[in-house]
Amino acid sequence: MTEVEKRRGAAPVPRDWTYAPAPESREIVALHERYGLFVGGEWLEPTETYTTVSPADEEPLATVAQATPAEVTHAVAVAREAFIDWSALPGSERAKYLFRIARILQERSREFAVLESLNGGKPIKESRDVDLPLAAAHFFYYAGWADKLEYAFPNREPRPLGVAGQIIPWNFPLLMLAWKIAPALATGNTVVLKPAETTPLTALLFCDVVCQAELPPGVVNIVTGDGAAGAALVDADVDKIAFTGSTEVGKAIQRRLAGTGKKLTLELGGKAANIVFDDAAIDQAVEGIVNGIYFNQGHVCCAGSRLFVQESVAEAVVDKLKRRMATLRVGDPLDKNTDVGAINSRQQLDKIEELVAAGRAEGAEIYQPPCRLPERGYWFAPTVFTNVAQSYRIAQEEIFGPVLSVLTFRTPDEAVEKANNTPYGLSAGVWTEKGSRILWMAERLRAGVVWANTYNRFDPASPFGGYKESGFGREGGRHGLAPYLAGAVQ
Amino acid sequence: MVQTPALPAEFELPLKLRLPRTGAVDQVAVEARAGELAKRSIKRDAKLWALDLAIRCCDLTTLEGQDTPGKVAALCSKAIRPDPTDPGVPSVAAVCVYPNLVAVAKERVAGSSVKVASVATAFPSGQSPIDVKLREVEDAVAFGADEIDMVIDRGAFLSGRYGQVYDEIVRVKEACGGAHLKVILEVAELGTYDNVRRASLLAIAAGADFIKTSTGKLPGAATLPVHLVMLEAIRDVYDGTGRRIGMKPAGGIRASKNAIQYLVQVHETLGPDWLTPDLYRIGASSLVNDILMQIRKEKTGAYQSRDYFTND
Repeated sequence: MTEVEKRRGAAPVPRDWTYAPAPESREIVALHERYGLFVGGEWLEPTETYTTVSPADEEPLATVAQATPAEVTHAVAVAREAFIDWSALPGSERAKYLFRIARILQERSREFAVLESLNGGKPIKESRDVDLPLAAAHFFYYAGWADKLEYAFPNREPRPLGVAGQIIPWNFPLLMLAWKIAPALATGNTVVLKPAETTPLTALLFCDVVCQAELPPGVVNIVTGDGAAGAALVDADVDKIAFTGSTEVGKAIQRRLAGTGKKLTLELGGKAANIVFDDAAIDQAVEGIVNGIYFNQGHVCCAGSRLFVQESVAEAVVDKLKRRMATLRVGDPLDKNTDVGAINSRQQLDKIEELVAAGRAEGAEIYQPPCRLPERGYWFAPTVFTNVAQSYRIAQEEIFGPVLSVLTFRTPDEAVEKANNTPYGLSAGVWTEKGSRILWMAERLRAGVVWANTYNRFDPASPFGGYKESGFGREGGRHGLAPYLAGAVQ
Repeated sequence: MVQTPALPAEFELPLKLRLPRTGAVDQVAVEARAGELAKRSIKRDAKLWALDLAIRCCDLTTLEGQDTPGKVAALCSKAIRPDPTDPGVPSVAAVCVYPNLVAVAKERVAGSSVKVASVATAFPSGQSPIDVKLREVEDAVAFGADEIDMVIDRGAFLSGRYGQVYDEIVRVKEACGGAHLKVILEVAELGTYDNVRRASLLAIAAGADFIKTSTGKLPGAATLPVHLVMLEAIRDVYDGTGRRIGMKPAGGIRASKNAIQYLVQVHETLGPDWLTPDLYRIGASSLVNDILMQIRKEKTGAYQSRDYFTND
């Protein structure tokens, strides 16, 4: 008897439907044991190293370089050398390389997606369906601009800045690399990029793509390491720093660069308001709330971490939200059915736990759906706080984890006032069936992006960036070219 | 008039019991969510479990002008034992036929668990006088139908005469006696998800035991987003009143993979309680053979030729 027949013999059929594991194979990724620094199209043997792990089970994945200030300085010098020829290339020639990179990313997307989930802990369905397609789309998009800069900024004689130092975060490692490198190269700059300490591997795999695309040596240089390597890059002889990360570090960089003449763009933290009006399509709004805060474990600078619900529907929305949370599948990032993966690092997990404890202590009501978290690795259950007051830390500080604070409002004016009452201003969401109200809200919300009846939607053609302490400068769209161009283009 | 369970507030009718507000459905977002759920990867044991359930939930259907007692008899045999070579494969839930063939079907399925469903109320258009519709329902029940699949009057619905649609369903429900009532919305003619939700709540308020997507007579019948909208209406009714309403997608579901996508939606929207033929049906004719083929593939590891599966 086969197993099935045995099972059939033992009627009745089990009541619960348990999805069998559906892991994406790791075989497609060929990891090296050790990675050096990618400078001038070659791998340099590093003087110092550290180990990068998989946050899902703390398994060591590879040894990578901890770049020293001298090594960073060298990388910048190599980039400056490469700038001479690269910036002299016609835009149409630079475009060819970018198109090539985009196509290679598409061809190797499964490999990159698996590695991204392995090293970062995000669910494979997100790296597969969001990170990779968007990363490739960014290269395609900016490839198109490379020979049209005079049309983007007519009569401004746009010209490249030189060497761009780029420091990116760990929440979307490859996508942030694409956001940084694609516009820089399209405008004729060369780059030295430092990926986040905990997620260097897709950037290192990207070096492979750079070689495969036969990009001239030195145009893209990747140096790995912790904050000290980032600080060295800020201090090095670069013409521009582009930083995406925490507001705290962003402020430190800005202080350091004051008076140096180096250009700077910052894309920092957020504490976005996701505002649900009583006439919204409630079931879809609940999906939007879930997507807003539990997408990528809430490791999203524009995460909708403050939910404002109109009081007349608050109970219904919260009930629906809790039930929906119970269907979230938390676990193995490589399983195709996983909705919420691992927290990126021990350090981040500590921060989330600290803020959640503060939320409890302040008197907010906590709900976490029953879910079994793996014993090894860094995990945190999807969490929602109700009865949150505007003054609580969980309503003020960026948690950068799967933790939602629910607040209520009575009128549109009150919603705007509360939503804007934060030092941040990166994004906001508005849920209503009323078109006029969407426009009314969008005019008043002090946020770089306002989504209407959707959340966390990105497109390379759409500029992205913050108000207030969420940073300055825009990435994406025609606006994303300006920070990489000299001349009166701002 | 029968005791009506509940009514949404904006349908101006005498009763004002608690039903969820009709609200709105966002097209982009509901299609995105349906697309997400369709990507669930269901493998091995979980897949076999789903295939087994899909068979048990099937309403094996023949609704043709050329239907004869012979054709219906063959269908009934298939319904009772879908795979004669594998006794492990369960019977389907029901056969679905025209009223004139109910008696034949009833006789052929006697002694089995298979129920007989009959379409009625001037299927598929519903454009006949109410007396004719009621008479048809009464006759089908008299011939032995366990379940009645009625169509709503889309002409009335689309012209805003909700009260008329509601009254018709109430009277048909009355005429059904003990037979279960499935109300077909014919979603392809409703045009918007908002209308699908409104019609779902209206049918439920009027006494439907099941709501059903389509007649199967139009292209673009059941779709995953429409299915999701209807499930969400059912969920809201359950939350508000505790009533459990059944769901039946019909038309256009031909592949096992597709059937599993529908079941995943039920599982993740309404929960495991609805994963039973008492509350969930799939109206299909050609689906069963594809499921049988998949079951055998899961058991033996190899696909077998279509020639091994009977065409009925």
